[in-house]
Amino acid sequence: MADENTHKITYREALKQAHWEALRDDDRIFLMGEDVGRYGGAFAVSKGLLKEFGPERVMDVPLSESGFVGAGIGSAMAGMKPIVEIMTVNFSLLAMDQIINNAATLLHMSGGQVNVPLVIRIGCGIGRQLAAQHSHSWEPFFAHVPGLIVLSVGTHEDARGMLAASLKSPDPVVMLEYTFMLNREGEIPADPFTVDISKAKVRREGRDISLITYGNGVYKCLEAAERLFELGIEVEVLDLRVLRPLDEESILSTVSKTHRAIVVEDAWKSVGIASEVLARISEKAFFELDAPLYRLCGAEVPIPYPKHLEDASVPQSEDIIVAIKKILGHDSV
Amino acid sequence: MIAFKMPSLGADMEAGTLVEWRKSVGDQISHGDIIADVETQKGLIEIEVFDDGIIERFMVEEGAKVPVGTVLAMIRPVDEKPQKLEVSEAPEEIKKKSVEQAHQTNAKRLKITPLAKRMATDNKIDYGKLKGTGPEGEIVKKDVEKAIEELAVSGTSPKVSPIEKQPIPSSTSQINVPSQKSIRAAVAAAMTKSKREIPHYYLEKKIDMSKSLDWLRKTNEDRPIQKRLLSAVLFIKAVASSIEEVPEINGVWEDELVIKNEINIGFVLSLRGGGIIVPAIKNADLKSIDEIMEWLNEIIPRARAFKLRSSDLSEATITLTSIGEGGADKVFGIIYPPQIAIIGLGNVIDEAIVENGMVGIRPVLHATLAGDHRATDGLVGSRFLDALNKNLQNPEEL
Amino acid sequence: MKEAEILNIVYGLLKQVAPETDPSSLTLDENIRESLNIDSYDALQFIVALSEKLGVDIPEKDYGQTGNLKNLLIYLEKRLH
Repeated sequence: MADENTHKITYREALKQAHWEALRDDDRIFLMGEDVGRYGGAFAVSKGLLKEFGPERVMDVPLSESGFVGAGIGSAMAGMKPIVEIMTVNFSLLAMDQIINNAATLLHMSGGQVNVPLVIRIGCGIGRQLAAQHSHSWEPFFAHVPGLIVLSVGTHEDARGMLAASLKSPDPVVMLEYTFMLNREGEIPADPFTVDISKAKVRREGRDISLITYGNGVYKCLEAAERLFELGIEVEVLDLRVLRPLDEESILSTVSKTHRAIVVEDAWKSVGIASEVLARISEKAFFELDAPLYRLCGAEVPIPYPKHLEDASVPQSEDIIVAIKKILGHDSV
Repeated sequence: MIAFKMPSLGADMEAGTLVEWRKSVGDQISHGDIIADVETQKGLIEIEVFDDGIIERFMVEEGAKVPVGTVLAMIRPVDEKPQKLEVSEAPEEIKKKSVEQAHQTNAKRLKITPLAKRMATDNKIDYGKLKGTGPEGEIVKKDVEKAIEELAVSGTSPKVSPIEKQPIPSSTSQINVPSQKSIRAAVAAAMTKSKREIPHYYLEKKIDMSKSLDWLRKTNEDRPIQKRLLSAVLFIKAVASSIEEVPEINGVWEDELVIKNEINIGFVLSLRGGGIIVPAIKNADLKSIDEIMEWLNEIIPRARAFKLRSSDLSEATITLTSIGEGGADKVFGIIYPPQIAIIGLGNVIDEAIVENGMVGIRPVLHATLAGDHRATDGLVGSRFLDALNKNLQNPEEL
Repeated sequence: MKEAEILNIVYGLLKQVAPETDPSSLTLDENIRESLNIDSYDALQFIVALSEKLGVDIPEKDYGQTGNLKNLLIYLEKRLH
């Protein structure tokens, strides 16, 4: 994959570069969160930024999610462009009142007079044995809420490009980043690029079946697709990227092309993103379907600590391969 | 061929149950004939047909509940040639046959994906004859593609398999009196729709009833008891005459005001035990006082026994609600969609009235009008109430 | 005709007009229309039926004397004899 037009970078470094660039380009932008300053961020995403931009721009806050997310909403209403980091998705529940009752709702409640240009970044998904205290995939909670733009940062490209796009949004954006991928290396374009946060993106083209996924699912699906290609099965991988508002057009378009679909997500199966995607396919592309729709989702348990159980709690590329073979029929392809 | 459909008997009706066909396939029918009984929230309604012809086919079986607009029967106009199919089939046979079919199809249910089925239908492939190669033996896109290819090669003409008949659950519903609950639900649906969608404006006018009541008293003195008039008759006639003077108040809202030429007044009847029902008196402007009284004598017992016909309940262009003796002094109505006005008449009471600088005691009627402000403005409503007042001052001319 | 017979006829006719009520539970002074929830149309039907059954004419100006059982019985008694 690597060529002259791309360069290799870790997911963490891609996020850091995005922050550095944002802080450099606009004085109204500042970062606030637990340990983002002196400690350099719980996951070292903001390491070095305090030194370069100073405590006004990179702000440590007390351990009070409701308090500092509220402060972020207030400063956004007052004309600033805050980036609020919530260390892990588990802690975001403490700020849910601010996120839903204020950030997502103010535009509506003020009759369109007050918008909240706030970016909330949240570490999400399984880490590396961080157990049920720090590991959940709660994208569906946020995607349920009208008034929010919910992004899932499933690739290095998006880790580098989504923040800038989010900071341009007049409305609150929740960016879900994946702890599991921080150390992973990936290719991104060498030249500056922009990311469209209103569209899903086809990460790999194929004609036999569509894998629709996001977040941690993207690389697992691409890996499965690569291995199935050797068996002559051509899988299309659609990275949803935007979980709200869903890019329905891209979903219907890939299904109309391959006529089969599996949704892959780490989140719990019931009432998840997968349920929503499949419901829309049933409603709007029923007569395109040549096979039953299928979901591969997280086991409905709190994320376990032991490595083998953690692995078993979310779909792996092996599971994806098995499911695709079953749907296509063992011998028919 | 004419498609005879489940009629809408008011804004609140979404579906009806076909309880009984009153005619048979092959029967000659003409305008006004009662063709079926339909169970609605308002009870068992006799459904009339508005065309002349011969019943070619029933599309819905007895016992089936279908939405408004569903084709119930196909009627062949008198001058059209008969179709050879199914004409002689009696409904009883249809029922048996479709039940049998349902059992058969259940026994060996065909598995085909939605895409494959669509492709097969588009290409006129009889997919019942295809062999499925999907993981569960279902017919998939590939199987249909193969069949299309083979067809192209062999050149045999494609055969369309008949669409499977859906078995309609036949319930033996003998209830012809609607429950309190269903009447309540019907009223609730219509009134909620109205208050949600219609911006009402309200007007009120006091009407001196001395002359009208005198006239009524004198008229009734000369009449045998069976022929005596109720004040409601006078009200209906006065409303009809006032509409002739202010026709803009008589119509329906269909994204714009549609003024109706016919004056069909929906008259609110309260049911003993709660709920209302609103039969319409057709062409009230063309009917005499006595004809209106006859209509009341005919319709009220039928309405209370829930034996109305489809034509009794449809096509009202305005509604009149009259509280009657001993009730409230004023009533502010809620418009029955899609109409654009409702007239409310209260209890006639003695009140002090100032006339020519003198105070006198007169029987007074408080007449109100609720209008749809999308369709008309207060001025139109006001002109209507003025006309009503004028007409009730000259009862002998009605 | 005895008062009890007339009363029975009145009960029967009221029952026809307002089938779900119990007219025999009316007291002599009670307002019949109010208590049995009878509207003007039903009231007229009752008077018509009463007049046909008993063979007496009840002019409209006398309707006021038919409001409760006591007055109605006195009135009918008078008209019948």
